[in-house]
Amino acid sequence: MENSVLIRTHDLDKIYSLGLTDLKALDRITLSVARGEFVGFVGPSGSGKTTLLNIIGSLDVPTSGSAEVLGRRIESLSHKESAGLRNRHIGFIFQTFNLLPVYTVYENVEFPLLLQGMESSRRKQLVGDALEWVGLADRADSRPAQLSGGQSQRVAIARAIVKQPEIVLADEPTANLDAANSHHIMKTMAQLNEDLKTTFIFATHDEKVIGYLKRKITLVDGKIAKDETVEKTTAG
Amino acid sequence: MISFLFKGLLRDRTRSLFPLLTVLSGVVLTVFLHAWLNGSISSLIQSTAHFSTGHVRVMTRAYAKESGQIPNDLALLGIDTLMAELKAEYPDLLWTPRIKFGGLLDIPDAKGETRAQTPVSGLGVDLLAPESPEWRVLNIRQAIVKGRVPSHHAEVLIGEDLAEKLRVQPGDTATLISSTMYGSMSVANFVIAGTVRFGIVAMDKSTVIADLSDVQQALDMQRGAGEIFGFFADDLYHEERGDAVTLDFNRRHAFSPKDTLAGDASFSPVMGTLRTESGLADYLDYVGVFSGVIIGVFVAAMSIVLWNAGLTGSLRRYGEIGIRLAVGEDKTHIYVSLLAESLMIGFIGSVLGTLVGLAVAYYGQVKGFDIGSVLKESTMMIPSLIRARITPTTFVIGFLPGLLATFLGTAISGIGIYRRQTSQLFKELES
Repeated sequence: MENSVLIRTHDLDKIYSLGLTDLKALDRITLSVARGEFVGFVGPSGSGKTTLLNIIGSLDVPTSGSAEVLGRRIESLSHKESAGLRNRHIGFIFQTFNLLPVYTVYENVEFPLLLQGMESSRRKQLVGDALEWVGLADRADSRPAQLSGGQSQRVAIARAIVKQPEIVLADEPTANLDAANSHHIMKTMAQLNEDLKTTFIFATHDEKVIGYLKRKITLVDGKIAKDETVEKTTAG
Repeated sequence: MISFLFKGLLRDRTRSLFPLLTVLSGVVLTVFLHAWLNGSISSLIQSTAHFSTGHVRVMTRAYAKESGQIPNDLALLGIDTLMAELKAEYPDLLWTPRIKFGGLLDIPDAKGETRAQTPVSGLGVDLLAPESPEWRVLNIRQAIVKGRVPSHHAEVLIGEDLAEKLRVQPGDTATLISSTMYGSMSVANFVIAGTVRFGIVAMDKSTVIADLSDVQQALDMQRGAGEIFGFFADDLYHEERGDAVTLDFNRRHAFSPKDTLAGDASFSPVMGTLRTESGLADYLDYVGVFSGVIIGVFVAAMSIVLWNAGLTGSLRRYGEIGIRLAVGEDKTHIYVSLLAESLMIGFIGSVLGTLVGLAVAYYGQVKGFDIGSVLKESTMMIPSLIRARITPTTFVIGFLPGLLATFLGTAISGIGIYRRQTSQLFKELES
């Protein structure tokens, strides 16, 4: 079990300086996430979910304590090293999709592979697979503006998983979707978790997402209030 | 990866077309303004040289002190010798004597009574010799509006505006009333051979041009001339060469303090250059500094505009940069790609802007721009047709704001990628 741990934090603090006062966004967070988990940080706004997700994704560094992702200490990574970690091992899914509007669906999904310098034929195969997984192979030449919200988020999922990362981080992935699309997206991600054994970590307060989680870590005022394993999914 | 970024650049007009148009516009304006100022200054210098001072000119020391008054009583005498010396010693310049004079031009009616009369400023030049440099310097044949060039003694040309004012035609008689170099009254009859338009308002509305020998006779200045002008063969003013010729001539004709005390120095010849004559040195320095300041201010202003365009372009793309960072692109790679884009836009915009600017400037150089309407009452030797002038600098000056400012704008705004926390970019992405 110990070998399959991908993420480990220990006494992790994150403090933002707000002029004369400091805001403690994370307070002594200690947790571990194993390979293949489908876990979510849940809690109200301001509880520290996104901050924790950003640190795990090497987009931010802790003020004190440690965060280890895939054996790398986040606080000691250079810009280049953290970019490399994100490019090869971590996929991101955003609340607002954040596709590059001037590129086609295919090109958006292809982008992370281009950064890896992957050869063309391999890229083509992986992008095709990713679009098949999310059910958008027929929209490869469309531009993001031509897609619905649900389709856009599925493209974002394809972009996150195309490089077959160990970890996918999703920050409020259903916040801009209606209920039907939310369930569709969550089912897609749950299926990918099953098929590819990719670890998914969510930051959410959406009950529709929470219903799919296999592990739920509740944050309140930057502290872990509860860490529970959910025996079976109820949504769907 | 390069083709991927290039594809995005081409598809996103806010990243390519609009910045390109901004750079292009700025460069066009810079290039044209430079050529225009160049042309204006050159036109002014050329007109001043052709009509007022030559590239160098020789006068008596006494005449030189009051040359603005046209003191023909202090004119050079025995100019044949002096002309021969000038031609022998400085053969790379074209030498031509002139007499400037003032007077009244009286137009008689059929009975010989005064029909019209007006003050005129006159110019006595070598009009009758076919090899006279004045044909080229004054561009007389092209300046003829009505009639013909004088071919006999006692024929004159008068400014077209002056002719209209006096209601005279070629073939009419005109009487010049002036004073001789010894101060007595002078009256001489001339036939108007033709009318001329030099495009200089002050000349066109008040000038009478007569052959030098006729003026010498009318003003009792046999073998005399107020001034001897020297022109460089290419009709361009070469300051260093002009200074060298002047220095050499004045050294040859220097007087000792003893001679000066004896009073002989006043009528000895002295040479001056276009720069030093009539306070033109200060004016040229002023114009040079002023045009430099204008170009500098304009280039700086355009640089700020283009810098700002680069800045806003980069700031507007923080969202895109956030995505690229999140996907795993290195900050340095993003920064370098932004700089490469700005260089490409700046270079293409500068090249196109320079080409368009040069095309407009070339039109202005060939056709010119008529500013005669604002010079109606002018007495300055400013040509009413101002032409732009393209110089080697015109080809490169647009690159300063076009390339450098765009690049610097992006470079400075792009530093924000490093200074901001990645998560901050990420938050902006979400906002």
